[in-house]
Amino acid sequence: MNLELTDEQTLIIAMVRRFVREEILPLEINIDPDADSLEPEDQARLIGITKSMGLYGLDIPPEYGGPDIDLITRTLIAVEMAQHRAGLYAPCYGAFGGAGLAQLFEATDAQKEAYLYPTLRGEKRGFFGLSEPSGGSDPARAIETKAVRVGDDWIINGAKLWISGADRADFGLVFARTSQDKGRNGVTCFIVDTDTPGFHVRRIVHTLRSAHYATELQFEDMVVPHSNILGEVNKGFAIANDRLTRQRIPYAAGCIGVAIKAQEMALDYVPQRETFGAPLASRQAIQWMLVDNDIDIKQSLWITLEAASKASQGLPYRKEAAMAKLVATEAGGRVVDRCMQMFGGLGVAKDLPFERWYREMRIRRIGEGPSEVQRHVIARELLGASLR
Amino acid sequence: MRHKPWQDIKTALPNIHGHLGVFEIGGREGESLYIGYAGGNSAFGLRGEIQKAFSRMPRACQIRIEITASYLSRYRELLMLHKAYHGELPPENPNIPLGRLSPIL
Repeated sequence: MNLELTDEQTLIIAMVRRFVREEILPLEINIDPDADSLEPEDQARLIGITKSMGLYGLDIPPEYGGPDIDLITRTLIAVEMAQHRAGLYAPCYGAFGGAGLAQLFEATDAQKEAYLYPTLRGEKRGFFGLSEPSGGSDPARAIETKAVRVGDDWIINGAKLWISGADRADFGLVFARTSQDKGRNGVTCFIVDTDTPGFHVRRIVHTLRSAHYATELQFEDMVVPHSNILGEVNKGFAIANDRLTRQRIPYAAGCIGVAIKAQEMALDYVPQRETFGAPLASRQAIQWMLVDNDIDIKQSLWITLEAASKASQGLPYRKEAAMAKLVATEAGGRVVDRCMQMFGGLGVAKDLPFERWYREMRIRRIGEGPSEVQRHVIARELLGASLR
Repeated sequence: MRHKPWQDIKTALPNIHGHLGVFEIGGREGESLYIGYAGGNSAFGLRGEIQKAFSRMPRACQIRIEITASYLSRYRELLMLHKAYHGELPPENPNIPLGRLSPIL
């Protein structure tokens, strides 16, 4: 693997870095420190800029109108995009657009017309409905939502928990059990319109994030046509699994971006701040924190880029993606924690972004599969059949 | 919040401090007039935001508050719940993009 950036990558990264520093950071001075969105006119202006940069809709495949940028470069961009206060969960406040639910690229033509293209045009929003009150880390066994076929329709009953964006979505991917099989072979993915009778967003679940919340859903005799099955009956687990693996790389990249920004702020601060007649930078305790931060950042970055490299070559990358997610989320938490310590009282005040990063980074060790599940995935890849 | 008793705004205000949180301002009959929040940029927290809101609403006379660090998600939740129960936002709240909740009534 070549560890040097290409000229094109260097150029793109410099462009994104300038965008974050010149466009995003100034806006954050005047909005609530926990905000996850901008005023519509600011958002529209920023989207105009990313479009003119040729970087809008980064994750949209070129055949659907997205820029043709490889996964390694997209990972490097994701690292840059996270380097601001809201960067972990709202990188650049969505100014670079998104691909929506990537699973829809595999949908039928009719499903693409109804859901994918409107999503890419910004006319519809989707949610991903996998986790349930019975669990989210082991969806193959935890899914208790049931779908029963009646003629050309399916009737779905059950509940989902920790679902982001369902209250504002037009449709969602809902995973339900469609056979007696208790494992991965009995799960089907349905595309569900949120105005379907029987679809309810029952409550908001408040978490450490103040702006961005999860929801709890309930389905009561919700009728979904057979034509709204994504993929095949009883083959939905592969769709869920693919998404979980794919998502781990940008998830890791966001943590690395925040860690880099936190370290940059600390490096700027410690030579200026004096205690007992000498700058903090002269203290070994501080120096070691900075060194440990740098090691944490480098390790996370290389592991994440290796996962991106394998994925972009079409090689198996489940183990590498799990390692990236595990290492970057845990390292990111440590880096932010050390930086807070160096900043003292300012580190915990809402004047600076550390307290928000600290809260949100804690969630990252749980979201998209907790650290223990990532270790389980890695162990399974290492031991293979002998694990059973 | 709707299960909390209303308090007279002038009596309650001296005991409200600079916390982060959400609040609801009501009229004489207990009708909701405005739902707001005190966030990280609010001068003097809940106390400051309530004073500001109170001064521009002649009908305001009652208040209920909730101290919470999750002020933004709770604020949006309260607006969505109000819309679910009453079909519209409180009269003094501007229209902002919100999701839909269908709580069990």
